[in-house]
Amino acid sequence: MISVTLEPGATIDGFVIEEPIHQGGMATLFIVRRPDSPTQMVMKLPRIGEGEDPAAIVSFEMEQMIMPRLSGPHVPAYVAAGGFDVLPYIVMERIAGKALLSRLPELPLPYDDAVQIAAKIGTALADLHRQHVIHHDVKPSNIMFRPSGEAVLLDYGLACSDLLPDLMQEEFRLPFGTAPYMAPERLLGVRDDPRSDLFALGVLLYFFTTGERPFGETETMYGMRRRLWRDPPPPRQLRPDYPPWLQEVVMRCLEIEPAWRHPTAAQLVFDLTHPDQVKLTTRSEKLKRDPFTTALRRRFNPELRQRRASASLAAELSSAPILMVAIDLAEDSAALNDELRVTTERILATLPSARLACVNVLKLGRITLDKTLDEHGQNKHVDRLVQLRHWAEPLKLSDDRLTVHVLEAIDPAASILDFVEASHVNHILIGARRTSPLRKLLGSVSAKVTAEAPCTVTVVRKRAPSRSGLRTPEPDPEAEATA
Amino acid sequence: MLIALFADIHANRQAFEACLADARAQGAQQYVLLGDYVGYGGDPDWVVNTVMELVGAGAVAVMGNHDCAVGNTKVQLNLEAQAAMEWTRGELGVAQRQFLANLPMKEEQHSRLYVHGEATRPENWIYVTDSSVASRSMQATFAHVTFCGHIHRPALYSLSVTGKMTSFVPTSGVPVQLLPGRQWLVVVGSVGQPRDGIPAAAYALFDTETREVRYCRTPYDIAAAAARIRNNGLPISLAERLSVGR
Repeated sequence: MISVTLEPGATIDGFVIEEPIHQGGMATLFIVRRPDSPTQMVMKLPRIGEGEDPAAIVSFEMEQMIMPRLSGPHVPAYVAAGGFDVLPYIVMERIAGKALLSRLPELPLPYDDAVQIAAKIGTALADLHRQHVIHHDVKPSNIMFRPSGEAVLLDYGLACSDLLPDLMQEEFRLPFGTAPYMAPERLLGVRDDPRSDLFALGVLLYFFTTGERPFGETETMYGMRRRLWRDPPPPRQLRPDYPPWLQEVVMRCLEIEPAWRHPTAAQLVFDLTHPDQVKLTTRSEKLKRDPFTTALRRRFNPELRQRRASASLAAELSSAPILMVAIDLAEDSAALNDELRVTTERILATLPSARLACVNVLKLGRITLDKTLDEHGQNKHVDRLVQLRHWAEPLKLSDDRLTVHVLEAIDPAASILDFVEASHVNHILIGARRTSPLRKLLGSVSAKVTAEAPCTVTVVRKRAPSRSGLRTPEPDPEAEATA
Repeated sequence: MLIALFADIHANRQAFEACLADARAQGAQQYVLLGDYVGYGGDPDWVVNTVMELVGAGAVAVMGNHDCAVGNTKVQLNLEAQAAMEWTRGELGVAQRQFLANLPMKEEQHSRLYVHGEATRPENWIYVTDSSVASRSMQATFAHVTFCGHIHRPALYSLSVTGKMTSFVPTSGVPVQLLPGRQWLVVVGSVGQPRDGIPAAAYALFDTETREVRYCRTPYDIAAAAARIRNNGLPISLAERLSVGR
């Protein structure tokens, strides 16, 4: 391997080097551009050569494998890569925004700010996990925000994918990563659980809201292993005004057992964006750490230390979808709503980690100024929430799997689609009435939702009575069209 | 250039036809045949003729243990394979048997090694069952990538410059870039008798420009292939295993 001094003005494979922007332990970053274009890009070069850590090479190889496969607003766009035979490098998009690291002096942030940041990072993680990649190094210095607001996850040197060989897995005995953010299972050698990223996000959220890292800044193996049995001080102990719902979310992210955390990043984002719907368990009430004896018992309980066989990343994500059912609460929709419940129940039966959002749209007039109270003085919004809960009651879902939402909008279909986008809904269930001349003229909500939804839609319809003169058809198992 | 690699066709005409058609549709420009054209299946005559035609048109072919056994009764085979082999010998003409007997044990092109079993001693027909066998095979060659078959289960191994191994069970259809900084061993699955629980025929594509390998699975007419085995009086179990991929 040759050593090259890289001065501004030098050219590598057609990229002109402008200036170095970062000199890290594993790699050096330069601003580069093509001679015929003013667009600035970032070139990453690993530190290789005599005396350098072999981890730098392997993690760079991993990044070379993973980056070309990623797409979307939450990753830096991949431009080019150079092989190891000459000079290894990766060229990627230069993100215009600021790194999250720059906000550290402001900690602790106001709760709303920190929650908004965490929700954006969670959204980025959901998108990354959907692309079969686990980041494994979520921390402020690896996160930037685009001017349009989306979080961008940088540095895939420790990442892995179930679709690619994991070069890091067998290369090193010790876990690689950033100690304060590393999930406990990583210390046991587990690298295939996407919920390790949720743990790191929990650490970040804890840090940003309290100003303290939950597990300190220890770098020693013993110090890191403590998190396998010792819980961090609950945030409410540090800040008495800490919102209980936020403590619930943070402490759930920091669960030692991955299965006790949110099943997916999308479900975590759902909680962060619907604080009033978060189920408050004992996590939210804790004011101090578990007693030492509890921690001690945890430490010497072999049951908690066993590695569990985990399903594939895709299987894990698909078993914990967010379902949304759109319910019309008009007088004549009872029969259709029963049908909708039967279908919902069937789908939920196979998905123990799925959660259900029941949505109703309170249609606002285009011109009239709507009053929140109806003619009898009852609050329409609250009344509808009650009705939604009543509809869902026979499903017997626990509070952490069920949420109810009343959207106030002029265009019901558009508001449903907005909710689907914002809440990362994977599957929509919606009832459709039988066609009528008026409906044909105006267009139906279900048709618009079905046509424009970014996910699977199941349209539920009450079976029409057979037309006279025709033979009664066999019951059609496909009566519920799944688009 | 896109290279299509086929291993362990085992006289399964239906599976081989399906894979060849799929590879052509994907734009394959070169064909590499990694041995075991005969044995187990009911169409050795057609398969060997097809392989001979491909080689005549520039394809690379190496010898497998079943191909070796056609002209060499000392090669050890299990009981079912033995029964199929005895029938196969009566199906192949002089030119076909000569073609099989003259196949090379291995072939190297542009730092790509093609061999049926593994690279240390190809004539011993060692199976790449785990990382340690894979590691020895890679250490026995300077080739950047070794392509082999024999075990009937797709796998991908790599050996880093520091001597560390990785092993991986590939996902079909997902390309993996074989980085230049390490050596790779690509175990192509079996065309004619997959044993990884997936009955679809397995083969692989390698793009020399992007250095990407893609493991492919192609469905084929299993019933017809099984019928050829039964109708030729070969052991029934050889027909039955095709539909379960074991």
